[in-house]
Amino acid sequence: MLSLSLGPILWFWSRQSVFDFYAEAAEWPVDRIHLGETVCSRRRELKLEDWLALARELAACGKEVVLSSQTLIESEADLRTLRRLCEQQEFRVEANDQSAMQLLIDQGVPFVTGPAVNIYNSATLKILAQRGLQGWNLPVELSRQTLEALLAELQEQGLVLPVEVFAWGFLPLAWSSRCFTARHYNLPKDRCEFRCLQHPDGLSLRSRESQELFRLNGVSTLSGYRYDLLRELPSMAAMGVDAVRLSPEWQGMAEVVQRFDAVRRGKQPATDPLQLVEAPPCNGYWYGQPGMASA
Amino acid sequence: MELVCPAGSLPALKTAVDHGANAVYIGFRDSTNARQFSGLNFNDPRAAEGIDYAHRHGARVFCAINTYPQPDGWRQWTAAVDRAARLGVDALIIADMGLLAYAADRYPDLSRHLSVQGSATSYEALRFYKETFGIRRAVLPRVLSVDQVRHVARASPVELEVFAFGSLCIMAEGRCYLSSYLTDESPNTRGACSPAKAVRWQESAQGLESRLNEVMIDCYGDGEAAGYPTLCKGRFEVEGSVYHAIEEPVSLNTMDLLPELAAMGITAVKIEGRQRSPAYIRAVAGTWRQALDRLAAGADRYAVEPGWSHTLSGLSEGGLTTLGAYHRNWK
Repeated sequence: MLSLSLGPILWFWSRQSVFDFYAEAAEWPVDRIHLGETVCSRRRELKLEDWLALARELAACGKEVVLSSQTLIESEADLRTLRRLCEQQEFRVEANDQSAMQLLIDQGVPFVTGPAVNIYNSATLKILAQRGLQGWNLPVELSRQTLEALLAELQEQGLVLPVEVFAWGFLPLAWSSRCFTARHYNLPKDRCEFRCLQHPDGLSLRSRESQELFRLNGVSTLSGYRYDLLRELPSMAAMGVDAVRLSPEWQGMAEVVQRFDAVRRGKQPATDPLQLVEAPPCNGYWYGQPGMASA
Repeated sequence: MELVCPAGSLPALKTAVDHGANAVYIGFRDSTNARQFSGLNFNDPRAAEGIDYAHRHGARVFCAINTYPQPDGWRQWTAAVDRAARLGVDALIIADMGLLAYAADRYPDLSRHLSVQGSATSYEALRFYKETFGIRRAVLPRVLSVDQVRHVARASPVELEVFAFGSLCIMAEGRCYLSSYLTDESPNTRGACSPAKAVRWQESAQGLESRLNEVMIDCYGDGEAAGYPTLCKGRFEVEGSVYHAIEEPVSLNTMDLLPELAAMGITAVKIEGRQRSPAYIRAVAGTWRQALDRLAAGADRYAVEPGWSHTLSGLSEGGLTTLGAYHRNWK
């Protein structure tokens, strides 16, 4: 059966909100939970020790816990944090850039990669597997067709590398050294007053015709619509996808998990008639179309 | 410091070499490189002629094969590496890890440069690329401040090349999928950002609208200069205000920083713009050559000439230049 994986929280939530969220998540039918701050080094409501404590609690509830690294590494301070993450050997690490990969290779420990690591072909997987890669995420812009070809090549080469596919939520699409939330408030990044806390699901960026385009979230930019591959779960399971990633949101996450769980268990049809009245889903990438398209 | 100039065509290549480039970088006429524009780039005979011209004039040629091949394109991308090696280029500029492994395996003696699309922003990431693929040089993304570049340079295991002038990517290169979200092409997959095929201009009651796959990127009133609808440089609405929410249309210009970049041991400065004309290349290469020569004569006597700034501003998006992320306040 497909595993359900909860991605790292991409937004900036207060310490208490994070604890509350995971207290609930511990009860959800998700198999894997990713913890850690992957977007901005200024977001320090939780420190590594806090994440580790949380990880132990969730592991005790039967969850597989993975610690995710910061996506864009810029400073020595970032590297210091990253080293501490990579040197702990209690939990597996999801490397989100080559800095993390190198540190994990130095440690000689196996690792997995997140969706922002550019894995577009099996030659890349092969060389990373030789260095400790044990699982990976499909980059969000790649299609089902590309994944099928990749999985076929892996099988030919006898490589066993479970793949996770981002299947629900706002897609993380870009990282910058500029903070777009601080820019919106005319604040310098270094004195941002942590305005992201006021926007637990980001700032909506629309065209001048009010079309939802992107979500600004600190230094990261996400899709304006939620990606949703719920109806693809049966076909993903059939093609050999190991897990689907659901990206945490402030509200309604329990229902999302329930829906995905019901569909993966075949207890509910993959196409939900209620979908029609919700915001238009975007799933174009999966079908080789523009990401924002609804296919 | 070396001056590395873009060449989207043979005339541009010759112009760059004639006006002081130490090296030029080229790409093949397909999506294996990150500047796929129709009518641009090189077939094999033109590349051979360009390489010969550059070598006879003491300049080197780097070949960019810096997009990310997917399974159905793998053979085309490896063939591009084979072609570049056969043509006798001086270095390959590659981003994809699988392709770097292929080049290192087949052509161990041909220098490999990590493309900016490889997104190495720390010395640990550089160490990964050096230890795994034996890269000789890396091009740093335009997201680091001067202090951060200095810090990376101090511990870098490879030569560093930094962007000096041209279009400014606001996002970490290689880690931006905004273009494929709105259109079906991105720099990673097709070597195209905000591709021309998806652009449409439309006159309306509000003014001149620029659209990308029908999404309104900007709308220009009377007297406003219209720019190419690169999606991150449009005016959008956030919480009721309409502004350049991601980035203004400006160009990067680091001429003021040359002495600092030299002092921190940067090997080469890179000019963006394989899509630019020979006339553009002549002006930009010539100006940077003068600046680098002045610097070589003595860093203490270096100062940016008003004429140089004037020339470069005239060749910049919106007539404006910025130090970009090199200047921390920009962030």
